Amino acid sequence: MIGKSVPRVDAYEKVTGRAKFTDDMVPPGCLVAKVYHAAIGNGIVKSIDTSEAEALEGVVKVVTFKDVPDHCYPTPGHPWSVEPAHQDVADRNILTGRIRYYGDDIAAVVAEDERTAVRALKLIKVEYEEYPVEIHPRKSMYGSHPPIHFDKKDNVLNRTNFFIGNVDEGLEQSDTVVKRSYKTSMVQHCHLENPVSFAYMEKDRIVVVTSTQIPHIVRRVIGQALGIPWGRVRVIKPYIGGGFGNKQDVLYEPLNAFLTMQVGGRPVKLELTREETFCNTRTRHAIEYDLTAGVDKEGRLLAKDMEAYSNQGAYASHGHAIAANGLTAWRLQYACPNIRGEAYTIYTNTPVGGAMRAYGIPEAAFAIECFMDDIAAEIHMDPLEFRRKNLIRGYYEDAYLKPIAANSNGIFQCLEKGAEYIRWEEKRKEYAAQTGNIRRGVGVALFCYKTGVWPISLEIAGARMSLNQDGSVQLQLGATEIGQGADTVFTQMAAETLHLEMKDIHIVTVQDTDVTPFDTGAYASRQSFITGTAVKQCAEQLRDKILAYAKTLLPKEETRELSLDHGWILAGDEEAISLGALAQECYYSLTNSSVITAEVSTQVKKNTIATGCCFAEVEVDLKLGQIKILHIINVHDSGRLLNPQLAEMQVHGGMSMGMGYGLSEQLILDEKTGRPLNGNLLDYKLMTALDTPDMEAEFVELNDPVGPYGNKALGEPPAIPGAPAIRNAVLHATGVAFNEIPLTPQRLIKAFTEAGLIGKEGEQHV
Amino acid sequence: MYDIENYYNAETIKEAVTLLKEHPEARIISGGSDVLIKIREGKLAGTSLVCIRDIKELKGIIKMDSGDIYIGAGTTFSHITSDPVIQENIPVLGEAVDQVGGPQIRNIGTIGGNICNGAVSADSAPALFSLNAMIRTADGSGGRTVPIHDFYLGPGKVDVKPGELVTHILIPEKEYTGYHGHYIKYSMRRAMDIATLGCCVVSRINPSANILEDIRITFGVAAPVPLRCVKTEEALKGSPVNEKLYQAIEDKVREEIHPRDSWRASREFRLQIGGEIARRALERTVELAAGGERK
Repeated sequence: MIGKSVPRVDAYEKVTGRAKFTDDMVPPGCLVAKVYHAAIGNGIVKSIDTSEAEALEGVVKVVTFKDVPDHCYPTPGHPWSVEPAHQDVADRNILTGRIRYYGDDIAAVVAEDERTAVRALKLIKVEYEEYPVEIHPRKSMYGSHPPIHFDKKDNVLNRTNFFIGNVDEGLEQSDTVVKRSYKTSMVQHCHLENPVSFAYMEKDRIVVVTSTQIPHIVRRVIGQALGIPWGRVRVIKPYIGGGFGNKQDVLYEPLNAFLTMQVGGRPVKLELTREETFCNTRTRHAIEYDLTAGVDKEGRLLAKDMEAYSNQGAYASHGHAIAANGLTAWRLQYACPNIRGEAYTIYTNTPVGGAMRAYGIPEAAFAIECFMDDIAAEIHMDPLEFRRKNLIRGYYEDAYLKPIAANSNGIFQCLEKGAEYIRWEEKRKEYAAQTGNIRRGVGVALFCYKTGVWPISLEIAGARMSLNQDGSVQLQLGATEIGQGADTVFTQMAAETLHLEMKDIHIVTVQDTDVTPFDTGAYASRQSFITGTAVKQCAEQLRDKILAYAKTLLPKEETRELSLDHGWILAGDEEAISLGALAQECYYSLTNSSVITAEVSTQVKKNTIATGCCFAEVEVDLKLGQIKILHIINVHDSGRLLNPQLAEMQVHGGMSMGMGYGLSEQLILDEKTGRPLNGNLLDYKLMTALDTPDMEAEFVELNDPVGPYGNKALGEPPAIPGAPAIRNAVLHATGVAFNEIPLTPQRLIKAFTEAGLIGKEGEQHV
Repeated sequence: MYDIENYYNAETIKEAVTLLKEHPEARIISGGSDVLIKIREGKLAGTSLVCIRDIKELKGIIKMDSGDIYIGAGTTFSHITSDPVIQENIPVLGEAVDQVGGPQIRNIGTIGGNICNGAVSADSAPALFSLNAMIRTADGSGGRTVPIHDFYLGPGKVDVKPGELVTHILIPEKEYTGYHGHYIKYSMRRAMDIATLGCCVVSRINPSANILEDIRITFGVAAPVPLRCVKTEEALKGSPVNEKLYQAIEDKVREEIHPRDSWRASREFRLQIGGEIARRALERTVELAAGGERK
C-alpha cells in the first residue's frame, strides 16, 4: 500500500461538503464573542468604560483585561518541557492593559449575535497613554523606555551563537571574501479557514472545539492560561481548513475558554475576521541577515559567518526557535571548515512572529542561496558548479545537535534532474548577453530540512488500534489531518503492515483530548516520520496479538508458521482462518472472548535530513517591472514516497507559497503605529490561479534507513527554495541582485532605473 | 453577518425613485460588490438599502436607430463583455470590464454601480471617458443627462442627487465610429485585484496618410478622479504614426498625470508605468486600426 497513489480517505467527504469543520458544529443558541483591539501601537490603557456596551440589548457579558487571570502563559505549539530552563517564554495575558502592538487584545464582548457584538465594540471607550512605537528590530535591540516586556530590558528575547573552526583565520586564508546583507519580509499563512472555536462547559469542565493543528497542546495551554488543572479541559479538533503553522500556536482558545466560564458555561463562538487573522494571529518572521564568506582560488568555501536579526513582534510565541533553526541550516549541507553563526530575536511593536511552513528555513535559505549565487558571480563561476563544488556528498551530521544527520542524501540527483528539466547549460549560455526590454534568466536554489524536532525538543506519538467484529481495524491517532493528507498516509501505513486493504482501516479523523492518544500534533514535517513510527509499532503489536489469538484457534497448526495476509491467517502458505472469523471469535467466543486491541505511546530519538532544490526560468519586462515565471520545478529527496499523488500535491502547494514569498507577499506596516496597512486579501498580494504558472514536481526516491517506511520530511520543504531560485533567475536575466523579498514591481523599477536598464539613460542599452 | 437596518426592494424605476424619496437615508444597492464591502468594513454599517437588482428596465444593451449605444445601468460586467453590440462596436469596453475582480464579481457587479461607486480605479471608467459616454438619470420628473467627465466630482463622489438613480449610459455614434480602443490595467495580480494604474487609449488613424487624427487618453488611479490627458491629446493629434509619436505619448503623459505617492505604490513608480502603458495602449490601437486581431 505504501508508494501507491490511493485516493484520499477524506476526498468524498470534502468534495461533497459533508466533512464537518468547526463552524459546521456550532450548537444552536451559541453566543458570539468579539474582541476589542487596541488602536495604538505601544502604551497602556489609562481608562476603559464598558457601561454603554453592557447596556446594549443582546449583550450578555463584557470582560476586560482587569477581569482575567494576572499570570502569563506561553502560546507556541511546542511539547512542554519538564525542565524550567527549556520551557517556552510565558509573556501573554488573556487580555491586556499594556498595549504592545497595534491591535493588542484589551476586552471582549459576548452577545446573542454577531451584529450586536460588533455594535457593542463601538460603544467601548478607552483612553490610552502612548509610548513611542518601534517596528525595526535593529533599533529596538538598543532598548526602549519602558521595555516591551519588563524582564527584557534591551528588548532582546534571546541570542545564541555557535563556532566551528576559526572563521577569522579562514577568511584571511581566502582568495576572495564576499559580504552581503539580505532581508525577508513579514508574511502570513493565509489558510482558507480563519481561526475559529466555540467553547462550553460540561459539569465543571471546559470543552473547546477549535480549528487547530495541536489539540493536546491547546489543552495544556488553556489549563495554564486559566490556572486550572489540565484535566478539566477537553479540546476537540474537527476537519480544519489549513493551518501552515499559524494553528501550531494557541491563539484565542484560552480567551474563549475564559468567556464560556463567564457566561455560566453557555456555548460561545469566537471566529476571527480575515483582518484579525492578519493582525492578531501569527506571521512569518521578517529577518535581516549579514553574511560573510571566503573562498579559495578553486571556489571552495573556507569560512562563513552569519548574523541574523529576527523581528519577533510583540510577544514571544515560537520566539527564538525560528532564527535558531536558520543558524542550524547554516551549518549543514555545504562543506566548510570554519563556520560562525549568531542570531538575535528581538521584540518590537509589530504583529507577532510564529511558526510558518518550514520554520525559519525559507528566511535562512533565501539569504544563503542568494549568497551562494552572489559569491559565484564574484568569482565568475557558474552558480550550479559552485554549489556542486561545495555540497557535501552522502552522509553528514550536524556538529552540535546529534543525531541530526543526512542518513540518505539525494541532493546531487535532485540537481541533475532539475538542471536537465530547465536545460541549465544551454540557457545559462543563451541568456548570457541580452539586450532589449524583455530579458530571460534561469536560477537555482536548494535547501535541507530536518524531520521532526528531536533533539531540540521531545518527539512522542501515540496510536491505538482495535480489531472490529468484521476483521476491519479502527485506527485512532493524536496526530492531526490538516489538509496535508495525514489520515490517508496513516491508513496506508496501517494497511501495509497489517496486509489489509485501505477499506479495512477506519481512521478516526477527529481528535478529542479526552479519548485520543497523546501526540503533539501537525508541525515540523514530523507526523509521517514520528507518528508513522507509532502506527507501524502499533500495527505490529496488533498483528502479533492477532496471530497469538489465532494459535489458540488453530491448535493443530503447531508445526507451521502463522502469518497475516489480505484478511486471512495463513498457516504456512495455506489459508487457515479468515480475519473476520477470528474477530467474531475474539468478541463472542463463550470460552475465550477477548477483544484484540493495541496501543502504543512511542518516543522517537531520531532525526533525518530531507533535501531538494528549485529551478526557475523567468522573463522580465524591464519597463513594466514585471516577472513572468516561464518554467519552475521543485525536485525533492524526501525518502520513499508514501503516496506519490499526495506528495505532488504537497509540492505544488509549497511552490505556490514560495513564489508568493518571492514575488508579491508582504505584510506592510505603518511606521508610526505598526498597524498592518494591507491586512486583507485584496491588498496583501497572495497569488491567484491566473498568476500561477504550471508547476513541475519531481522526486528522487532514496530509501531513508531511519524513516519508518523509508520516508522523511516533505510537508514543509516545498515552500523553501522557490523565492531564492526566482531571485537568482532575475539576477541572471538582468544582472541586478535583489537582496530583499518580495521582488515587487516597484522594487524592480527602482533597481532597473538605478542600474540604467530603463529611463532616459537606458535607451541606448535597449 | 451584515449590519443592515432596513431593506426595500424596487421592481421598477418609478418604485425605486419613490422609495429613495421616502427613505433619504437609504443607499442604493445593485450587485452589492461595493456596498456590502463597505457595510462589512463598518463604513456603512447599520445602513438601510434600496435594492434595484430586480428592475428589468435597467438591464440590457441596445444599438439605437441613431447609432448610439444604450447600456442599462444594471447590466452586469459579464453581460457587457459577451454582448454582440459591444463586441462589434466598442469592444474596448467589454475587454475593460472583463478585467474586474474575478468571474463571480463580474457576474454580479454592474456598470452603473461601478461608476456610481466613484472609485478612481473602476475598470469601466477609463473606457467610458475615452468614449465620451453620457450618463442618464431618473428622478421622477424627467431626469438629467450628464457627460461622464462632469459626473465624477471627487474620490467616491459622483453627481447623483438625493432621490436620483442612474438608469443608463449612452455612447454617441460619432464617438466610436472609426475609432479603436485599448485598455491596459496595471495591477499586482492578474485577477482579484484593483488597478494600480489603468489607461485607456481610443484613437482614430488615417491609414493612407498614416496620421493620428484623433486620440483620447484616460487614466484611472492617476488623480482623484479618472483623468483625461487633454494636453497630451492636443499635442499628438495630427502627428505621423511612428516611434517619435510613441516616445511623445510616453513623455507627455508622465508630465500630465499626477498620481499619488502611497504605500500601495510610489509616485515615481506610477509615472514610469503610466508612460509605458499609454505607449503600449496607443501602439495596440494602431495595430487594431491596421486590421490586427483582437486578442
